[in-house]
Amino acid sequence: MRYTLRVWRQRGPEESGGLVDYDVDGISPDMSFLEMLDVLNERLVLDGEEPVAFDHDCREGICGMCGLMIDGVAHGPERATTTCQLHMRHFDPAEPIVVEPWRAAPFPVVRDLMVDRSALDRIVEAGGYISAPAGAAPDAHAVPIPKADADAAFTAAACIGCGACVAACPNGSPMLFTAAKATHLGLLPQGQPERLSRAEDMLTAQDDLGFGGCTQTGECTLVCPKGIPLETIATLNHDVLTAALRGR
Amino acid sequence: MAVSGAILFLYVVAHMVGNLKAFAGAGALDDYGVFLREFLSPVLGYGGFLWVVRVVLLLAVVLHMVAAVQLARRARKARPVSYAHRPKVQGSYAARTMRWGGVIIALFVVYHLLDLTAGVLNPNGVEGAIHANVVADFQRWYVVLAYTLAVVALGFHLRHGLFSALRSLGVASARRAAAVRGTALGVAVVITVGFLVVPFGVLFGIVR
Amino acid sequence: MSCSDYTNYSEGEPIADTRAPDGPLETRWERRRFAARLVNPANRRKLTVIVVGTGLAGGSAAATLGELGYNVLSFCYQDSPRRAHSIAAQGGINAAKNYAGDGDSVHRLFHDTVKGGDFRSRESNVHRLAQVSTQIIDQCVAQGVPFAREYGGLLDTRSFGGAQVSRTFYARGQTGQQLLLGAYQALSRQIHAGTVRMHPRTEMLDLVVDDGRARGVVVRDLVSGEVSTHLADAVVLATGGYGNVFHLSTNAKGCNTTAIWRAHKKGALFANPCYTQIHPTCIPVSGEHQSKLTLMSESLRNDGRVWVPERAGDPRAPRDIPEQERDYYLERLYPGFGNLVPRDIASRAAKTVCDAGRGVGPGGLGVYLDFAEAIERLGRDTVSARYGNLFEMYQRITDEDPYEVPMRIYPAVHYTMGGLWVDYDLRSTIPGLFVIGEANFSDHGANRLGASALMQGLADGYFVLPAVIGDYLADGPFGPVPPTAVEDAEDEVRQGIAALLAVDGDRTAESFHRELGRLMWELCGMERSEEGLRKALEQIPQLRGEFWRRVKVTGAGGQLNQELEKAGRVADFLELAELMCLDALHRTESCGGHFRVESQTAEGDARRDDDAFSYVAAWEHTGGAPVLHREHLEFTAVRPSVRSYK
Ligand SMILES: Cc1cc2nc3c(=O)[nH]c(=O)nc-3n(C[C@H](O)[C@H](O)[C@H](O)COP(=O)(O)OP(=O)(O)OC[C@H]3O[C@@H](n4cnc5c(N)ncnc54)[C@H](O)[C@@H]3O)c2cc1C
Ligand code: HEM
Ligand code: SF4
Ligand code: FES
Repeated sequence: MRYTLRVWRQRGPEESGGLVDYDVDGISPDMSFLEMLDVLNERLVLDGEEPVAFDHDCREGICGMCGLMIDGVAHGPERATTTCQLHMRHFDPAEPIVVEPWRAAPFPVVRDLMVDRSALDRIVEAGGYISAPAGAAPDAHAVPIPKADADAAFTAAACIGCGACVAACPNGSPMLFTAAKATHLGLLPQGQPERLSRAEDMLTAQDDLGFGGCTQTGECTLVCPKGIPLETIATLNHDVLTAALRGR
Repeated sequence: MAVSGAILFLYVVAHMVGNLKAFAGAGALDDYGVFLREFLSPVLGYGGFLWVVRVVLLLAVVLHMVAAVQLARRARKARPVSYAHRPKVQGSYAARTMRWGGVIIALFVVYHLLDLTAGVLNPNGVEGAIHANVVADFQRWYVVLAYTLAVVALGFHLRHGLFSALRSLGVASARRAAAVRGTALGVAVVITVGFLVVPFGVLFGIVR
Repeated sequence: MSCSDYTNYSEGEPIADTRAPDGPLETRWERRRFAARLVNPANRRKLTVIVVGTGLAGGSAAATLGELGYNVLSFCYQDSPRRAHSIAAQGGINAAKNYAGDGDSVHRLFHDTVKGGDFRSRESNVHRLAQVSTQIIDQCVAQGVPFAREYGGLLDTRSFGGAQVSRTFYARGQTGQQLLLGAYQALSRQIHAGTVRMHPRTEMLDLVVDDGRARGVVVRDLVSGEVSTHLADAVVLATGGYGNVFHLSTNAKGCNTTAIWRAHKKGALFANPCYTQIHPTCIPVSGEHQSKLTLMSESLRNDGRVWVPERAGDPRAPRDIPEQERDYYLERLYPGFGNLVPRDIASRAAKTVCDAGRGVGPGGLGVYLDFAEAIERLGRDTVSARYGNLFEMYQRITDEDPYEVPMRIYPAVHYTMGGLWVDYDLRSTIPGLFVIGEANFSDHGANRLGASALMQGLADGYFVLPAVIGDYLADGPFGPVPPTAVEDAEDEVRQGIAALLAVDGDRTAESFHRELGRLMWELCGMERSEEGLRKALEQIPQLRGEFWRRVKVTGAGGQLNQELEKAGRVADFLELAELMCLDALHRTESCGGHFRVESQTAEGDARRDDDAFSYVAAWEHTGGAPVLHREHLEFTAVRPSVRSYK
């Protein structure tokens, strides 16, 4: 099959970019979206052109490295799917496919479809952890955790840090990402001592990094490849509010 | 945002309930208007209570709008380059109409104040004759239409506003998620219908 | 770039692990820890440690060393330390906690691991691994890793990869992710505290050795293309495995051998390069475009039945083939273990039936894994509760519904047991160069048991390295490195980059990688023969020669250039491949993941040769024919026996 792509090309963060049209031939429905881009890139290289830069690594939906805006939808048209797990069988060869990078001020374009998401690391560094030096831990069975809490913590912990939530959010807010971490750790007994400061510090970091504010439009959960629920945001807000009320 | 919204919401509920007095006959609404002006008058003077309410409301409206403008500006700053290709947003209709909905409601309130409070735009426009003013209004289909549009906009605004406010105040845990969604929708519908019965009551001659 | 005839290796001095204490196995680690010198907390700040890699091994090591107060520099090639390949591990992590009360113990885990490694690992290391395993679980729970739990709130465990006890802790099918996030969060805390400086999107391209000590790394900033050097008092490599030498594997696309290979070329011995593990349950290749292979959890074999049609080339759809015309070959050949035979046996059996033309799916490279019987026996709901997410993943990739049509699976390269040689203190043969995680050869012998790689990575990073690195650093700081040493190292790297760009040929790096992978899979994969390996040793240098004549790399060195990154990695694979084949050729026995067709029993099972091969093969790079150093393996606690799964 043959597809027409309209791909965002931009040489560097300071340079201007634009959409460039490419035809790619010999695409099979079993190819993943990234394999389709591989085909395009091999051809470009042989033609002496520079290939389209895009991030990827595991190619099985877990590392969170890939992420493209495909026809205006983060990670493309399939729900709960990363770009690397999206297959060409979902695309109509008659329609051109528009491929753009994630867009948010704290995610500057590095090159072409690649953006710098290190702002998400900064949010975690601000407090997204439990302080537990190696060697000091009590026996793992010292504190039983109700299965329901452990399961709920897991659901939030499944976030892969891809940034699709930011890309899709009309406000450019990473609230779902931040809330997923706050919820994961906040639901566990081990996470209690730092619960309030964690929530507050991560939220402050997020605001300081230039992200937009959350208005709970819910666009984020719809594109989230791991289906992180919107409710995690309430949990984060609850912690932040409690922290404020306690006058922290 | 949530706090100012909550004040406005309480007002809207009280207002809606007050409006329903229109069904109790011509005198009821007028008496209610007088009651509001006399309420706590020993302390605040005639109409004083209403002015307190007005001041609080004005403050809430201003805060609400300032917060909204700030959010919108942050959002624009957070995405300086927009997507070349962006289909209709995927999320709920209510969520994505918050900003325009808010503007529509604000414009409506101006018109509405000139209409029923100041009486300038009212076909009857007699001060204190609240019931008569209302009835005069809603015999005209275009006035009903304007009110309907505004109230429906308000319904959407409330549906997402309530939902979001409950979230922002951290009320909704994962377990209560469905309940929050349901409550927000239910309350929004009740308020929409509650407001709309009056103009339609007049239009169809149930309220005279 | 070319090597002389690799088959003419020479023998060097034997090598020995001089750091493990003698005496009773059970107390060796305690005694070693006690004997190791400590660094005064006030002095730690003055000592810089470079940790390359942020997987389970590197992430946990950098976080712990930072916590201890060392000045740590951390590197990874991804855009965030959280994305290291460890994130993809699904099944679980072993630990001798005996929470299931089914008779597990440190000794049993030790025993199983030595036996699972087919008696090609070092007893003292494996014993320490088993001891430390219990602390890992405590540590991870304290960090908030959401392991699976039972209704009583206690941790759940399952049995994994042929173990008879339930010692595998897991977090749904995302154990690696959750463990890595734990390490990443600990690392983030140290980055915030300023003890660790993180360099993401940075690739190590060479090791700086001065005065016989590893003193730093030359790196390329993958965004700007800038080449620079970072100096330190010790260098820790935690750069993962080299399974991507096969092009198609379950590893992430970026996994590479560059860091350890260049350290090897600087003098670190490379041990057992031919030991690779092939995983039996992966989704088969669907076409030429295939970029990687996806693992399906081994747990599927608990309920799925493996079969192929009796008749070669049977064109019928699987459901139209009647029971009596199906060959449930694992159940037939290994009635004792049936579908649950170990990875290497299941993999080889699949290859054998496919070689006989009875494979299914595109290219005949696949066998059925059928759940029809399980669905009938347990009901669709139970099957879905157990494997729902795996079925979904399969369907997403293949567009086939495993509830209706049997899955198709095929073996794929998964893990490399070989790596840089290290002693008990995880020191390579270059002083000051430590190697941890999958990058070293350490604890798994010739075959790794399921759920033991995560255990080893975290044992190395959280507990072993931090306990022994002080013994080396106590002699530091090691003074300034002369600028010439840095310039030389950087020049070498710059020349390498320039050489790749200068070829300007007509083939992509990817096409060479694909060709190398196919060659390795055919000749140095599941079954190895003298004839095949000799052929490989002829073809690899030719391919390498062609690479250096025909590779095309667009763009420049001083910019983000993914083609250049790829080409550099392929160039290193083209060299490593040769050493792998040589190692496989010289080891004429079959053991663990290494199966030599010449060394099998009448029934086709692997035949080990303990008299001749009970050693670690540690190879020295010379630029010409490599030199083999043998580390003799002694077994005092577990008596070598023949594995049997009949
Ligand atoms: C699909 C899959 C499933 C698995 N499931 C299990 C399981 O269930 N249980 C189990 O025990 N094991 C499992 N394994 C094996 C296990 O995941 C790995 O062996 C282990 O995670 C390796 O960890 P590591 O820290 O050594 O290296 P990795 O996690 O591979 O990390 C390597 C790090 O080094 C960096 N790096 C590499 N090269 C360079 C360079 N040149 N310059 C700079 N940085 C570099 C990378 O950026 C990365 O941060 C699985 C493996 C795969 C592929
Ligand atoms: C069909 C629907 C409505 C009817 C019939 C109605 C009717 C009235 C009447 C009669 C008054 C004057 C009361 C008095 O002078 O005592 C009034 C005032 C007011 N209404 Fe409404 N209203 C409606 C909907 C709304 C809505 C949707 C809003 C806002 C969201 C709103 C906001 C106000 C405000 C702010 C005032 C002025 C209060 C004051 O300062 O005195 N109304 N309305
Ligand atoms: S919350 Fe979802 S969309 Fe956002 S970073 Fe995490 S996985 Fe990606
Ligand atoms: S490449 Fe890892 S999630 Fe897509």
